[in-house]
Amino acid sequence: MYAPYPENMMESIKKVEATRAARMATEPRRLTAEEKDDLLAKFHPDYNSDSFAEIKVGPNKGQRAPLELANMLHSTSRLMTDKVDISKIDYDVDVLVIGGGGAGSSCAIEAHNAGANVMIVTKLRIGDANTMMAEGGIQAADKENDSPVQHYLDCFGGGHFAARPELVKRLVTEAPDAIKWLNELGVEFDKDADGTMVTTHGGGTSRKRMHAAKDYSGAEIMRTLRDEVINLGIPVVEFTSAVEILKDEKGQAAGAVLLNMETGDYLVAKAKVVVIATGGAGRMHYNGFPTSNHYGATADGLILGYRAGAPLLYQDSIQYHPTGAVFPSQILGALVTEKVRSVGAQLVNANGEAYIHPLETRDVNASGVIRECREGRGVDVPGGLKGVWLDTPMIEILGGEGTIEKRIPAMFRMYMNYGIDMRKVPILIYPTLHYQNGGLEINGEGFTNVIPNLLAAGEAAGGIHGTNRLMGNSLLDVIVFGRNAGKKAAAKYKEVTIGTPNLDHVKAYDEELKSAGLDTGDVSPLLLPKYARHER
Amino acid sequence: MEEMVNVYFYGKKYTVPAALTIQTAMEYAGYTLKRGVGCRHGFCGACACIYRIKGKNELKTGLACTTQVQEGMYITQIPYFPTDKRTYDINDLSANQKVMMELYPEIYSCIGCNACTKACPQSLETMQYIAYAQRGDMKACAEASFDCIMCGTCSVRCPAGISHPMVGLLARRLNGKYIEPEAKHLTKRVEEINNGDFDEAMAEMMNKPVDEVKQLYNTREIEK
Repeated sequence: MYAPYPENMMESIKKVEATRAARMATEPRRLTAEEKDDLLAKFHPDYNSDSFAEIKVGPNKGQRAPLELANMLHSTSRLMTDKVDISKIDYDVDVLVIGGGGAGSSCAIEAHNAGANVMIVTKLRIGDANTMMAEGGIQAADKENDSPVQHYLDCFGGGHFAARPELVKRLVTEAPDAIKWLNELGVEFDKDADGTMVTTHGGGTSRKRMHAAKDYSGAEIMRTLRDEVINLGIPVVEFTSAVEILKDEKGQAAGAVLLNMETGDYLVAKAKVVVIATGGAGRMHYNGFPTSNHYGATADGLILGYRAGAPLLYQDSIQYHPTGAVFPSQILGALVTEKVRSVGAQLVNANGEAYIHPLETRDVNASGVIRECREGRGVDVPGGLKGVWLDTPMIEILGGEGTIEKRIPAMFRMYMNYGIDMRKVPILIYPTLHYQNGGLEINGEGFTNVIPNLLAAGEAAGGIHGTNRLMGNSLLDVIVFGRNAGKKAAAKYKEVTIGTPNLDHVKAYDEELKSAGLDTGDVSPLLLPKYARHER
Repeated sequence: MEEMVNVYFYGKKYTVPAALTIQTAMEYAGYTLKRGVGCRHGFCGACACIYRIKGKNELKTGLACTTQVQEGMYITQIPYFPTDKRTYDINDLSANQKVMMELYPEIYSCIGCNACTKACPQSLETMQYIAYAQRGDMKACAEASFDCIMCGTCSVRCPAGISHPMVGLLARRLNGKYIEPEAKHLTKRVEEINNGDFDEAMAEMMNKPVDEVKQLYNTREIEK
């Protein structure tokens, strides 16, 4: 018998197999609005008040943030100890884009095409970003039975009616054009022989509008955007972080102080418009969770913007993706794409019960997994963790032999690397820290509040998804709001005159920290997670 | 007691838990990675490495983030490799053999050693997709190279100096843009949106009181 798991897990699999035929004959019931609210309140980590702290300084003073983010907000700048001569300008551009992921690259392409002299600075390589790791797909209402209004309803409702309506409107209305733009750049979406896009459901969608490129959707988009940035000759300064926004005497953004990650040298970039596109925060490990995120996802842009005076929105709302890998340990926290459920796999507990509909929204399904594990219906994993099954063999039964290799080859490869054939046995999952629902507050045009020539785009921006994001709306968001930021920045720089760059706001922030009696002993932004072990 | 193994990073010995990947083992050893680290889950190609097990002749390639350590592993990372990307305006190209001959002529110097295929951590038929490119079969090249994460281990091993990931990328962009049939429903929807066909319904939705939107959301019909 094929047994790639420890004995207790194989015992549980027998129960999963025993109920499979019966489970496949009926679809699990959808929860009512009240049942969802109850499940979230009892089990979602956002409701665990112990993992939050009050913000003591800055525009969101008095609100709460995850402990790790609050610690960064309460830490001082590197530039309070490291001295940099900011009168010496290393780069002088119209538009400075901080971050080289999906949003930053889309932004730079559009700004360049609109005639701006644009430059990207990025902490690691261009394309090293959560966009590259997005697997399942990208939403757009482009089918006959669908409409942007229907997409609006799904997005707004899925985000608990907390999203900014003007942002949701832009997201859904510009979605089809985003897909068309990508397709015309050469992105290969899954299509039928006649060109019709293959679209599926995601959690919380009421129409099948998930477009995909197998389960390499983000990688396919990111590598194409990166190629286009290089083809256009847009300067990309890699292995270089922004550590502070520069401002001028009029309170405008004036560029950024940069840090060469390899040499430790500081550089100064002057710009007429600055775009923060630094991505997410998974590597902050809120609530002690593992993460599906990129190594560089450390909330840097939130700190940069906040210290410059831009407020945050929903900084206390975090997305835990319901299905992160929990076994084997080498892939702990790795994303198991929602597409696995889109193409047919159910969530099944240790007793073989399909305890929930597999396509409830992410926050609801994550809470469901946590409930099953806490209430004794999880499967024990060596090392003290628990998980529930994602019944992948169902996919081959439903879609025919070969469906897994064709539709979710990355997942198949990730598990086969450790000898687990998901065509034959289910895989074990537990929620993983996946997405920062909030971020820098932006208006309908993509500009941050307070600072007139500072924009934010992509995961660093908040308000588009309310307090829960749907699958396929983040890849969409980085393209729609990245492109929008590029166009707006290219229009804006022509009317901006920059004065003398200064760091007075950084000094003032430091004073505020001191008056509040805060001394964390850390500097921020984090830039890189502290994974190196220095024990003896 | 946790099982430990001896590994060698750039020739220097470290004793690390056997369950770790090369990447987490380096961090266990005390490295703060800047180069040679990216998504950490096998999607970005940042962490290519070459290793040899002490006493064995074969030189292996892999990703540091997905390769588990073994006893006697001698490891070096390839945080950067000078693959040669040619620049072009995608709008000026057409999907034919001439494009490859002009942009990547070195593919015709392939000696058929298949070292690229053996090096691929994604188990792609790398030499085969280069053969498709030689013939100008962009669709086949695109399909066969689709799962490429552009780590460059193929190019490291290529005696002909071919930049395989760049060839596959060009084929995919040409296929996606010029060969795959147009999604007519998408073109139509973009026209409808530009024409303002949904403006009124959108304004109506946005102006509804939240309770009414909640009601609509909770009772909406879900496509089977």
